[in-house]
Amino acid sequence: MAVVTAQTQESVTPPRDFQIVPVKGIPIVVAILAGLVVAIAGNWQWALDFCHVVAGGLWTGIDLFVGLVIGPILGSLPVPARVEFSKRFMPKMLLIMPTLVIVTLASGWQLARRIGDLAVAYPQHWWLTASFIVVGIMSVIALGILEPANLAVLFELKKPHPNGELVGRLMRRFVYTAGITGLMQIATLIIMTRIATW
Amino acid sequence: MVSSRRAPVSMLLVLSMALIIVGGIYIAGNLPHVPPLAPDVVLLVLSVLLAGAAVAALSRQRPFAWDSFFRVMRWTLLAYVVIGGMLEYIFVVDGVRGDALIVTTLMLLVYAVDIPMLLSYSVARYQTPAESPA
Repeated sequence: MAVVTAQTQESVTPPRDFQIVPVKGIPIVVAILAGLVVAIAGNWQWALDFCHVVAGGLWTGIDLFVGLVIGPILGSLPVPARVEFSKRFMPKMLLIMPTLVIVTLASGWQLARRIGDLAVAYPQHWWLTASFIVVGIMSVIALGILEPANLAVLFELKKPHPNGELVGRLMRRFVYTAGITGLMQIATLIIMTRIATW
Repeated sequence: MVSSRRAPVSMLLVLSMALIIVGGIYIAGNLPHVPPLAPDVVLLVLSVLLAGAAVAALSRQRPFAWDSFFRVMRWTLLAYVVIGGMLEYIFVVDGVRGDALIVTTLMLLVYAVDIPMLLSYSVARYQTPAESPA
């Protein structure tokens, strides 16, 4: 940790040549959301299942991978290396993660309603409620801590002279919270596989 | 440049958002039956009060990079209006009506404002007007 603290004192070379929101990715996001609306409007079970499984699997997998693999690696890198990684990685995450989250939640809700999972009585219904609670906690962490840190880092890196100490501090926050949400995704996996095998 | 002693805008907004999420879990955990809405109304009112306190605290920030704040706010608000709209669409498609629809709509509205404000503040607090990237 002392090494990391010392490294964060370094001045960061201004890597301003990147887009905070990758504009090229926006049409893809719009197309995915349009597909989601069509799946919900048509109430097609295969399409809903596809959206939920694919987006949910990617969301869980990315969270676990970033939190438990990328995060510790990133935390051990010197600040200039973190900056170079972040300016390529974080803008993509800014589009990918919210898209995966909304597709997973919206299609999952509709699917649960269609196949009757929502109508299951308690105590079995607790599995569903548990999944809502896990997602709720993850949302608070992701939207309240992780995403603001992500965005603040990107804007800091756009400055002519980014504050290395600030970037280091915000990146640590990003890494820790990504780790926590990654671990919470294990609970999601347990709950979802349990519900799928009712 | 970067002030370490700021009003707790982020904390107020996170709490406001968390109350909305708790309210959402309460309704979702009881569907397909609509539960008594009083707990949700209380949570909603508390959430609005916290968001109002955050706005009041934000308005007292001096100096503050309002240009950065509004630039981020514009786009994140657009994104969360789309996300909130998707969720509202699902509720309507699923036949949520009456008081339950009003309460959930208001909750989504607060949610769709809280998060953009939080993200915008998180960026702007570390910027000064002169430093805001073009």
